[in-house]
Order: sequence, then C-alpha cells, then structure tokens
Amino acid sequence: MIAQTTQVIYLISTAFFILSLKWMSHPHTARRGVFAGIAAMGAAIAGTLLHPGIESFTWIMVAFVLGSIIGVPLSWVPLTAVPQRTALSHAFGGLAAGLVGIAEYFLWYQEGELSSFRVGALVAEVILGFVTFTGSLMAAGKLQEILPARPIIYRNQNLLNLSLFAIAIVVGIILIASPEKWYLFPIMVGLSLLFGVLLILPIGGADMPTVISLLNSYAGLSAVAMGFVLENKLLITAGALDGSSGLILSIIMCRAMNRSFTNVLFGAFGQVQAKGAVAEQRAVKSATAEDGAQILEAANLVVIVPGYGMAVAQAQHRVHDLYEQLTKRGIDVRFAIHPVAGRMPGHMNVLLAEAEIPYEKLVEMDSINPDFPQVDVALVIGANDVVNPAARHDKASPIYGMPILDVDRAKTVLAIKRSMNPGFAGIENELYYSDNTLMLFGDAKNVVGDLVKHLSGEASMH
Amino acid sequence: METLDFISMAFVFMLATFIGLEVIRNVSRLLHTPLMSLTNAISAIAVVGSIIIAGEQKTTFSTILGTIAVAASVTNIVSGFLITDRMLKMFKKKETRQ
Repeated sequence: MIAQTTQVIYLISTAFFILSLKWMSHPHTARRGVFAGIAAMGAAIAGTLLHPGIESFTWIMVAFVLGSIIGVPLSWVPLTAVPQRTALSHAFGGLAAGLVGIAEYFLWYQEGELSSFRVGALVAEVILGFVTFTGSLMAAGKLQEILPARPIIYRNQNLLNLSLFAIAIVVGIILIASPEKWYLFPIMVGLSLLFGVLLILPIGGADMPTVISLLNSYAGLSAVAMGFVLENKLLITAGALDGSSGLILSIIMCRAMNRSFTNVLFGAFGQVQAKGAVAEQRAVKSATAEDGAQILEAANLVVIVPGYGMAVAQAQHRVHDLYEQLTKRGIDVRFAIHPVAGRMPGHMNVLLAEAEIPYEKLVEMDSINPDFPQVDVALVIGANDVVNPAARHDKASPIYGMPILDVDRAKTVLAIKRSMNPGFAGIENELYYSDNTLMLFGDAKNVVGDLVKHLSGEASMH
Repeated sequence: METLDFISMAFVFMLATFIGLEVIRNVSRLLHTPLMSLTNAISAIAVVGSIIIAGEQKTTFSTILGTIAVAASVTNIVSGFLITDRMLKMFKKKETRQ
C-alpha cells in the first residue's frame, strides 16, 4: 500500500518538475517555475520518507539541518560569484550520487544480490558522480581564483587523461563481468576522482561556460544512473531533465565559440599564445572620459557590449547609472549580449538585471548584429574576443569562424579596457586599431563612473 | 524479469530526455543562469536515494555515506531554489510608474 502511495506521489512530483522547467521559458512565468520545482521536490521527499525500509529518521534529520545550514548562506553569494557557486553545487550533486553508489554496491555485496545489470548501472553512477565531483571542485577553484585560471598543460596530457579514463572504464567492465571483485570498486572510484581533476586542469577561464554546462549534464546523468540502480522512475525523469538541460546549454556555448566539445575539453585553448600576433606596433587612439561623454551625448542609438571585464570590475551598477543618464536624454540604449560573455551561460543578463536594467533592453547577438551599421556608438565594456573582427576574416586567427558581435560596423566604437594586454586567446584585437575606435583606458568601474560624472555635470549646467 | 524492468526504465529515460530537450530549448536565453541553478536543485533529486540509504541503517558505513549524501543534496535543494528565486526577482520590465 505504502509503495503505491509513494509511486503516485512520485508521479505528481514528475509532472511538477516538467512544469517547473516549462515555466522557465519566460521571465514572466519563471518564478512560478521555482514554486513548481519546490512543490515537486517536497513531494519527492515526502514520498520517500514513507519508504517502509526506513528504520530511523535521526540521521536524515541531522543531514537536513546540516544541508540547510550550508545551503542558505550559499544562496546569498554576490551575483558575480554565481558561476563558482554553481560549480560547487555540481560538485555536491556528484558527491551525493557517488556516495550512494558506493553504499549500494557494498550493501548488495554483503547480501549477495549483485547482478551484472545492477553493477553496470552502479559503475555509470559512480564514474559520473565522482568525475563531476572533483571536476566541479576544480572548476569552482579556478573561477574563485584559488587555482590559476590559466590552462595548465604538460606533455602527453591528452594521452594520459584518455588512458586514465579508459582504465576506469575497463575496471568497470571487469566489475560488470565479475561483480564479486569488490577490491576493484575503490580503484574505480580513485581513478574517477583523479580523472575529474586532470580533465579540468587544461581548461581556461573563458571555456568555463561550456564546461559548467557539461558538468551540469553529468550531474543529471549520474542521477539517471542512480535511478536505474534503485529502479526509481522519478530519479530517471528528473535526472534526464537536468541532463538534457546541461546538454543544450553546452551545445549553445560551443556553437557560440564555433568549437566542438573535443576541442573545448582537449584543446587547451588559452595556450595558443602569441602565435601570429606579430609585435607590430600599431597606434591606438585613446580618449578621455570627457571626450567619451560628449560622443555618447551626441548619439541617438547607443549599444553597450558587456563582457567578463564588467563583472570583474563590479561595474554593473555604474553601467546602470550611465543607462539612466543616456535614456534621460532620449537616447536609445540597448545591450548586446554574446552567448559566451562571462563565465557561465546567461551571466551578463543576471548581472544587468541585478543592476535594474529592464530585460527587454538586453538583446541577443543574432538580433542585434544587423542593427550595428545604424548604431552611433558601440560602448565595449570589458569584452574582447567576442568583438574581434578577425574572427570574421582572418583565417590564421585561432578564433576564426567564431560568431562575434559586429561592433566594428558601428559609426563609433568606445572600448573600455584596463591595458593593451590581449584577451584569453592571446590574440591581438584589431578592433582597437580601427579608425573609428577610441580607447578609454582604465578600470571599467572608474571609467564608466567618470562618464556618468561628465554626463550629469553637463546636465546640471543646462 | 530484470530485462523487462530495464526496458521500461530505458523508455522513461528516453521520453524524459526528449521532453527535456524540447522544454529547455524554449527557455529564454535571458534566463540561462537561473535555469542552471534551478536544474542544480532538480538534480538534487539524488536526495531520494540518499534518504533511503541513510534511513535503512543497514551498516554503519552505509549510514555515514547516506547521511553525507543527504546533506549534500539538501544543500543543493535549499541553495538552488533560493538563489534561483533571488535572481528571477531581479528580472523586471521597464518600470511603468512615472
């Protein structure tokens, strides 16, 4: 009886999970999506607590309290730190799946109930879970800059990584064939943990949006595998929803960089340094904030292009002040969002929403690109490779073929940059040498602040 | 018997993946960051398996692992839903007040 009640509750829970994601399609209904998700999760937990095999609730309660104590402060992080928080929670997800996998294996081992099918699902769960665990910890460390964000590479790295992964798979297959060889299980766990670390070592900061999405997918798939282990369809469904979400996001990110999964994972992109970047000293034109303010004031249509530099400088609130100053004068201000701007999918949108920029002003790359010839001023704030025209025509450039924002087609480009150091790919950005580009050197937050000061100073004189 | 179970679970997996791909494809790009923190919370559905292991208390070893797994999952559930809602509250249309 109880089992049936639980199944019915799980069925309802599944429906709410699907609705939750469906309502995320639009900002208008998105909060309803969160409530549907909470309802679904609440139902899932309630249904599980009815499980007849549960002997004692003590440790479950302890874990709930502990989880809430850690979880609540984790939700207060500043929005610039959301990528590392996300990576950290992928790590928790992977850890949970992996630990449950270990526990199940040894329980069934003792009870003599290991079948090849069960072990097969367990192998998938444990490998996915632990690779996600250490891989996400590494990603979080790099994003938080506890670890160096630059790719770390060494000779035969890909060969070593792939052989390590292959060995883990072979160990898994031996276990499936002979489930009683219990000593192989910890070996497989160890190999997965190590592989997770090595997989993320060669990945640079700018590839994080793809990697985070991929790890999101793995966390979901490890829940699916757990579902196969426990013969639980709710786990399979919810895990599959999560897995497909991560998959779609990673595909979008890869397309936005014109690269393949293999290239992101094994390409060690940030290392292709200085190749072809001949130190040809070309002149850039720089301008003061006062000049910049005057140019902006004379415009009818301004497009602001934010990049990771805006997040690093925490400049989003100043950008909002600038937006206010310009709109007050009747200037049309829009924001051009490149899909891989920032360190995770949608990163710029969240930062600008936090700074109270209305979301209908945030325009996707494909919609805004045809408009650039009509744009009077394109203001680039801390974005670099996503606005490099070399991606369109320079076949020798490592970023050739990557879709970019066509800011160089605007009448005037103002680019805020700390120095002339090239971006993550180590490539010179020819945008900065273009005739219609003026550089505003300095910290993004200060420069935008100065622009606002000049604009508001002017306003008081009228 | 076991093969039949496997096939029916594989059906569920396949259908859920297709539903997931269709539903997620329609999510506005504006909301990709909140989407990811929401799916973070959803993938903490692993709490179901963790609760059973922690509650059955078959061995000390399994109870310890289960308890850690429940704590990790609950962390994701709590922080995932809270931060998603916090972010979504920020997405506003242009104010109509004037």
